[in-house]
Amino acid sequence: MKRRNFVKKTVLASMATIIGADIVFGSKMLKGYQPIVLQDQDPFKMFNKDRGMEVLNDKPWNIEAKAHLLDDKITPNKYMFIRNNGLIPKDIDVKNWTLTIDGESVKQKKTYSLADLKSKFSEYTYQLTLECGGNGRSEFDPPAKGNQWTVGAVSCAEWTGIRLRDVLEDAGIKNNAVYIGYHAADTHLSGDQKKEPISRGAPMVKALQDETLLAFKMNGEDIPLAHGYPLRLVAGGWPASVSGKWVNRISVRNKVHDGTKMTGTAYRVPCEPVAPGEKVKDEDMCIIESMPVKSLITYPKSGAMINQGKQLKIRGHAWAGELEVTKMEYSIDFGATWKECPVEKPANRLAWQHFSATIDFPEKGYYEVWARATDSNGTSQPMLLPGWNPKGYLNNACHRIAVKVK
Amino acid sequence: MDQQTQFRQQVKTIYRLLLVIFTMVGLITAAGIYLITDPTLSAFESSTIESPDVALEEDEDKIENGIHLRTGLIDAEGLMTVVNNCTNCHSAKLVTQNRMNEERWIATIRWMQETQNLWDLGGNEKIIVNYLVANYPPKKKGRREILTDIEWYDLQD
Repeated sequence: MKRRNFVKKTVLASMATIIGADIVFGSKMLKGYQPIVLQDQDPFKMFNKDRGMEVLNDKPWNIEAKAHLLDDKITPNKYMFIRNNGLIPKDIDVKNWTLTIDGESVKQKKTYSLADLKSKFSEYTYQLTLECGGNGRSEFDPPAKGNQWTVGAVSCAEWTGIRLRDVLEDAGIKNNAVYIGYHAADTHLSGDQKKEPISRGAPMVKALQDETLLAFKMNGEDIPLAHGYPLRLVAGGWPASVSGKWVNRISVRNKVHDGTKMTGTAYRVPCEPVAPGEKVKDEDMCIIESMPVKSLITYPKSGAMINQGKQLKIRGHAWAGELEVTKMEYSIDFGATWKECPVEKPANRLAWQHFSATIDFPEKGYYEVWARATDSNGTSQPMLLPGWNPKGYLNNACHRIAVKVK
Repeated sequence: MDQQTQFRQQVKTIYRLLLVIFTMVGLITAAGIYLITDPTLSAFESSTIESPDVALEEDEDKIENGIHLRTGLIDAEGLMTVVNNCTNCHSAKLVTQNRMNEERWIATIRWMQETQNLWDLGGNEKIIVNYLVANYPPKKKGRREILTDIEWYDLQD
């Protein structure tokens, strides 16, 4: 591969010799060519992601952040995880993009253009926490099948759009409505046109919440392609798979939606606790709704070394699905003692909350700082892995960082 | 004299211009010929990117340090059967990330056959399952692992 760089440099150098001062043109030309060549290969360029992000899978694309990359209060695109079940749609025609509301429980099937949606309904902006149901999967024993997410499949961006409720009510919801299910423009990995890679949804009560959006902007700009451009659902606090991307149809169902990844074991956990590795029948698996209480230390990055006598400032975020985080604690002695630290109120419901603390260490040595959040129901994060489940969902065990005092 | 110098300078300018034009034409022709032989401009790829295409053109199935470079799979008995059957629809990364016992690898194959259009593997199934169980078996993690691979650094504030 070094040979390639040599060729590139040689070409540039010889061009410079011949044309004199025109090296600027030469370098620009090569720069211009590179993205085309690398289009299919460099996810960081393709999706505008930071190079510190971890690519778990390239077909379909699945990329996660690391704890220290999530330090921003509002997650910028470059640090936002990507979770795809199928292939990202190509050649999106925004002018002709439509959203259809249909299903057994809609009074009148209706189709809207993007312009209709934007002009007809009021716009709202919320910070919404989206966490993949399988975030933390890599820690389960016995291991669970799927992308081995560590801690970085979570984000809290600022989403702008219209309320799903307003659109559903415009089409009319029948009394027997139970669930909504989305359909989208992404395509199945096998290339089978009849298969949907994912078509999930939520019960009406979640669909009708103020904060459940049909979003067309993320952090004030068009939603990046990998995150659902030009239209996506955002249902904060629930497994992020509820927040369908590239949405073009929403069905109001008279039963629990039965689309791809709604049935079987997908995004489900045993209705009753099971022993690690135990077999669970499909009918004994229940759909995940609100995500559990969780927190992340985003500063400093794990591995910090400080001098004795110095204080350590830490900070991070905490969230609790549908609930709010009411208490934040940290421990430097593996949970023997906990100290409470301040946690801010959320910017709005379903936004993650920020905590910070200043820590004194009693003596030199190796420490771990563990963080533990408690939600408004009084439920805290476990220090060990929570209940094992066949697909490795809902790992909300305490996050920790390593610190050395010299 | 003045006119002569002026004339000379004009000739020189025209000469330089012609030189530049000829060089450009030459360069474009060279680039054209290059494009015909290497239409993907593969020689200009940055060295920091692990490009599967590069491996393809050099040696599609090159093995380095016991790893099949193009896919990242461990080089062991059954490798090519796995490459040919398990990396068409999804990335090999979905295989290498996972650790399962025989029963669960088979269950995964059945799931793909039932829902993801995976074909009947016939006699290859045994080869594939044996490869997966031998090279990607479950690893004991307990209820919580210790922190590993810590990159230590001096924290300045």
